[in-house]
Amino acid sequence: MPQVTFKVWRGNKDAGEFKDYQTDITEGMVVLDAVHQIQAESAPDLACRWNCKAGKCGSCSAEVNGNPRLMCMTRMEDLPTDQPVTIEPMQAFPLIRDLVCDVSWNYEVKKKIKPFKPRKPDNEDGTWNMVQEDVDRVQEFRKCIECFLCQDVCHVLRDHHKHEEFIGPRFFIHNAQLEMHPLDTEDRLGDLKDDNGLGYCNITKCCTKVCPEHITITDNAIIPLKERVVDEYYDPIKKLFKMFKPKKPDAAAGK
Amino acid sequence: MREFKTHEYDVLVIGAGGAGLRAAIEAAGSGVSCGLICKSLLGKAHTVMAEGGMAAALANVDDRDGWSTHFADTMRGGQYLNNWRMAELHAKEAPDRVKELEAWGAVMDRTKDGKILQRNFGGHKYPRLAHVGDRTGLEMIRTLQDHGIHQGIDVHMEVTIIDLLKDGDRVVGAFAYEREHGRFILFKAKAIVMATGGIGRAFKITSNSWEYTGDGHSLAYNAGADLVDMEFIQFHPTGMVWPPSVRGILVTEGVRGEGGILTNSEGRRFMFDDIPDAYTSSTSDNEEEGWRYVTGDKSARRPPELLTRDHVARCIVREVKEGRGSPHGGVFLDIAWIKEHIKDAEAHIKKKLPSMYHQFKELAGLDITKEPMEIGPTTHYVMGGIKVDSDTQMSTVPGLFAAGECAAGLHGANRLGGNSLSDLVVFGKRAGEYASKYAKENGAGSVNNDQIQQIAAWAEAPFDRGDKAENPFTIQSDLQVMMQDKVGIVREEKELGEALEALEGFKARAEHASADVNRDFNPGWHTALDLRCLLTVSEASALSALNRKESRGAHTRLDHPDKSEEEAKGNNVVRKGPDGQMQIERVPIPPIREDLAQIIEENK
Repeated sequence: MPQVTFKVWRGNKDAGEFKDYQTDITEGMVVLDAVHQIQAESAPDLACRWNCKAGKCGSCSAEVNGNPRLMCMTRMEDLPTDQPVTIEPMQAFPLIRDLVCDVSWNYEVKKKIKPFKPRKPDNEDGTWNMVQEDVDRVQEFRKCIECFLCQDVCHVLRDHHKHEEFIGPRFFIHNAQLEMHPLDTEDRLGDLKDDNGLGYCNITKCCTKVCPEHITITDNAIIPLKERVVDEYYDPIKKLFKMFKPKKPDAAAGK
Repeated sequence: MREFKTHEYDVLVIGAGGAGLRAAIEAAGSGVSCGLICKSLLGKAHTVMAEGGMAAALANVDDRDGWSTHFADTMRGGQYLNNWRMAELHAKEAPDRVKELEAWGAVMDRTKDGKILQRNFGGHKYPRLAHVGDRTGLEMIRTLQDHGIHQGIDVHMEVTIIDLLKDGDRVVGAFAYEREHGRFILFKAKAIVMATGGIGRAFKITSNSWEYTGDGHSLAYNAGADLVDMEFIQFHPTGMVWPPSVRGILVTEGVRGEGGILTNSEGRRFMFDDIPDAYTSSTSDNEEEGWRYVTGDKSARRPPELLTRDHVARCIVREVKEGRGSPHGGVFLDIAWIKEHIKDAEAHIKKKLPSMYHQFKELAGLDITKEPMEIGPTTHYVMGGIKVDSDTQMSTVPGLFAAGECAAGLHGANRLGGNSLSDLVVFGKRAGEYASKYAKENGAGSVNNDQIQQIAAWAEAPFDRGDKAENPFTIQSDLQVMMQDKVGIVREEKELGEALEALEGFKARAEHASADVNRDFNPGWHTALDLRCLLTVSEASALSALNRKESRGAHTRLDHPDKSEEEAKGNNVVRKGPDGQMQIERVPIPPIREDLAQIIEENK
């Protein structure tokens, strides 16, 4: 492949612009390789995050030609190279510099979610029994590499900036893996309803589309969580039923 | 006077992969204040790359397994240069550490009766690796991260330590910069745990990320600590070789554990051609028996693809050298062939090896359920590292502890797959525990302000190199090529000598490594500063490799192709001499405890 032009966002939170860089593209290169080549050849101070370069750590999230992507998993061969390739940082978070944004909000959100609380061990040696069929769906959610691309593309965060009231798809996935964990006994439905803004999600499935781990975020996590909240708080029959039941439900049941 | 912020902790943990997180959790749980330094964001450390699993003799799949077999396997794999006490502790404590992860929320693959499933791996006599598909490392780090954030640990993300501070003999703090704005930070601490991982970025072809520049090794060395076994660098037999930009990315050993076979350009399973004496009784000599083993037949012996990593890597190099390699200079790894034996092979492969499927599909345009992969050796892991006390994990410098890949001892001359993840949690816990104890027993030391100012000036120097400024990326890349060439998989005296000479040249060049613009998240500057660590570990490896005149485990010498009993009596230890030069010493291995010797004998 020939020399390709890249329009790379350069700047900080106060000011910035796209700058043009040319670099040679060889067979099999991914966008992250091109960024590294530009760093080594002409812009050593070009800021970008990366670690594993194999789609496993979720560090190199950016927007390539406007699409939220992991740069390490975006092959140059899949992009039109007769026109410039644009690379810019994620838009849902404050910019630090160039392609790097401040994602610390995500870490703060996670801290506020009630942690895993297992039931008593099933066996005397402190272990539990779980069959594969019961852990399959939780394992899907636990594939998440925390690249935050789902957060980036969610309009509630990206366009409406509801960071104070809405935790975003990543943390609905996190809630779902806890809520559907066969051993967990904690109840997070109240928080999901009142503090986490689950209701803001109107199921446009943008998050599912961009997930590099192909987690079916909306269908398998968000919608079932919404259903659980409805069952728990808005089901009239259940409400009636609850009036005559002792306060403490068996948390493990229904998991 | 350069300005800096100050934080103070009882225990400071440097590195936030499996070992660092486990150490921090232990320290925080023992009632001391704890700071945790991440070079990247939390949860991105190299542990996420671990694929195959975590070795622990839970005996869930084969009830013949137990700690003594795991111990004997580890010693055999390490060719008896291991610290035998660490191998004992590791084998005994790994099962509890695995169960603990489950109690903290990890969701591992299950057996039919609902227990933690275990898989076959190279050098392990029984199926022993607890795993989650081929993303076990992610499961471990996320579990520790999600548990750790509720333990009162102070997490400092995107902070790089550039020097340790001492008060007399003892370590009392660390000096750092944060990436966002390049501001300096002083961390005062009563005890420090190193958990910085490996040195893979010293080589051109590697499965390691940019962080793996040997920081912990180098910081400890410069603080006066001994490094041991630095000649032993594991070249994982199966890294991607094509296309060029993905060369070195890891292909999990789990592929072979699930029945994958290695073939050459003639279609021959060449691993049958050379089975080492120590493994003839446990390795199958025909394809039919090998397949039965993979599918759980307890009477069958292992296929030769599951021999130890050092041996498999050497066999691949041999095939390529003798002209039987694949088109791009590797050999073939074939998992698709299992469709000859099982009906729904495609779905089975996708379930067992999901990230391998995606990795090849997306990066190489290849469907592993249909075609063989092209693979070749890649720099993966350093067995050598900071010399530690087997029980407490304290280095030879008081107050400085180490755990995980940057510490040494457990793996000897070659690490078995799966023994790394268990190493992280077994010795991470111990390091955290004993560092806390040390912190409780010792008051705060005092830091030297002049030393701090000197370090800060050194760190700022790349912005002021004048006429002789050189691009740090070029220096790093030249160093990687040289190390790959002269201190790589196959070594000899002449080339190792040349490497040491070349390193002197690189040291001079590093003095001119320059940075531009400003200190805000500036990768050029970070690379310039990382060079010092890379050069220290490169020298330690080359010097130790030159000193070991035999071939053993991961260390192969063309000019000394055989094992030597004499050479195997000790470990190579390097340290910084009074003149600032690197010194090397052969330290005898202490005689093994009688009961452990017997276990090894019984398992031969």
